[in-house]
Amino acid sequence: MNWTLALPEIVLALSGLVILLAGVMQKRGQAFFSCTMMTLFALVVTAALVVLSPDGTGYSHVFINDGFARFMKVLALAGAALSLVLGIGYAREMEIDKFEFPVLVLFSTLGAMIMASSGNLMTLFVGLELSSLSIYILCAFARDQVTAAEAGLKYFVLGSLASGILLYGISLAYGFAGTLDYAGLQQAVRGSAVLPAGLMVGIVFVLVGLCFKLSMVPFHMWTPDVYQGAPTSVTAYMAGAPKIAAFAVLLRVMAGPFGSMAHQWQLLIEVVSAASMVFGALAAIPQGNIKRLMAYSSIGHMGYAMIGLAAGTAEGTRGTLVYLVTYLFMNVGAFAGIVAMRRKGRAVSRISDLAGLGRSDPGMALAMAVFMFSMAGAPPLAGFFGKLMVFYAAINAQLYGLAAIGIISSVIGAYYYIRIVKIMFFDAAAPALDRAPVSVSFVSVGMGLVTVFFIVALGPVATAAQAAAAALFR
Amino acid sequence: MNSPIEAIGLAPYLSIGAILLVLGVFGIFLNRKNVIIILMSIELILLSANINFVAFSAATGDLSGQVMTLFVLTIAAAESAIGLAIVTVYFRNRGSIEVDDITMMKG
Repeated sequence: MNWTLALPEIVLALSGLVILLAGVMQKRGQAFFSCTMMTLFALVVTAALVVLSPDGTGYSHVFINDGFARFMKVLALAGAALSLVLGIGYAREMEIDKFEFPVLVLFSTLGAMIMASSGNLMTLFVGLELSSLSIYILCAFARDQVTAAEAGLKYFVLGSLASGILLYGISLAYGFAGTLDYAGLQQAVRGSAVLPAGLMVGIVFVLVGLCFKLSMVPFHMWTPDVYQGAPTSVTAYMAGAPKIAAFAVLLRVMAGPFGSMAHQWQLLIEVVSAASMVFGALAAIPQGNIKRLMAYSSIGHMGYAMIGLAAGTAEGTRGTLVYLVTYLFMNVGAFAGIVAMRRKGRAVSRISDLAGLGRSDPGMALAMAVFMFSMAGAPPLAGFFGKLMVFYAAINAQLYGLAAIGIISSVIGAYYYIRIVKIMFFDAAAPALDRAPVSVSFVSVGMGLVTVFFIVALGPVATAAQAAAAALFR
Repeated sequence: MNSPIEAIGLAPYLSIGAILLVLGVFGIFLNRKNVIIILMSIELILLSANINFVAFSAATGDLSGQVMTLFVLTIAAAESAIGLAIVTVYFRNRGSIEVDDITMMKG
């Protein structure tokens, strides 16, 4: 058996245990910082191992490693590491600087990696639960805050419901195909001219469960509350790695086992995608809280990324992957700006609190403006290229309606992104915000540069995404 | 070879699974009283899938369904532990676990 196939996951799991031990043995005050640093180190080492890891399937086909899995894993690791860096200064001010925090992020990322590599519905479910269970705890991590506890409770109840529905779908798919392996499912689906109703219901249930994790409309109802209530560094994490992992599973399952019946589920994906884009654009307009606004924004972004899946082609998958790369970086950058929103040591999150930031902290305001324009899809920033590639794929797959809805809703969405820029630079100044911690400025500047100069990296990123998509559509 | 599943067929098992699933889902959405009942409903949903797995596994003679059941049982235990922990944290903050009270954030 080729056990080196899962070496990155094994290393990450073991380092999680070691970091837990190290955290217990240190004094309470210092453990958080050193454990965060160790976790960052473990994430970087794991990312290097992922890049070097060989292709293949192992452990009696439950685990697949290919170009696609590597792409998604590196992306998830990057998202986790960036949000951990964001959390360094924030955790101390929020008094959530306990060493369990980075360890939970680490285990959640491990679950995300297992999902990206799943070759069997069993691996999918175990990875998904490892990822979700860690996030439930992270949401309620600020345990003296009533909003955080409520966010944790809501996410737990609705997330468990979605996991249950997904599991029930898996059980039906298993019963009617006779196997849990993706390869076996693919054969069963391909062999039958008319699908058994049970298998169809199972597939829809699996889709519903994954759409919930992606906060697609109509399974989005948890998103605004949880984004608002959870500590901001946790929200930044939740908007990154878990979504990437859910997309990895969705793309793999829909292209592989259920790929030959694309005409039967395509309409479902189109409807979900269009509804998410429109809802994300419209519902964000009246929001006064920037974390809620980012929740609706991420609902919309998931809708755009879903266009690539609806196209059902390798080109569409490439578009989705590039979109996820741009989304990850501009999203972390925007959350860096939100983490920095503190006044006299207290976190504030109303959009009006940003008024006058253009004068009191021009650097941060400029970075926020870059992220907002990028999310709105203004060229030549990163967000534009992601949108361009998914729309292009949709046109080539003759999904004209979906592309049109996407373009219209991105125009509507531009309103609330640009409104934030207007508030920062042109509104009467609110009292100045506190200076941002160094780690936050670091992430903000770094992501700002990535977003502005993404055009330079577009070639390599698109090539890597192309190779990843090709691994899926072999 | 005379297993119960051959004697009475697959349908009764799947019906029980489906009934438990529906009970669990309605238990979450119709219940207005207590979060603990929601935790029990979640458990019901997971176990309904487990019944399906075991029934299908016995019917097809494929063992992976039973292996899956063991994984699900473990995960369900972890899930209820975490759920109870979160409910405890919530109760300490609010002094109540009435479902109708969980409305701090809206919009």
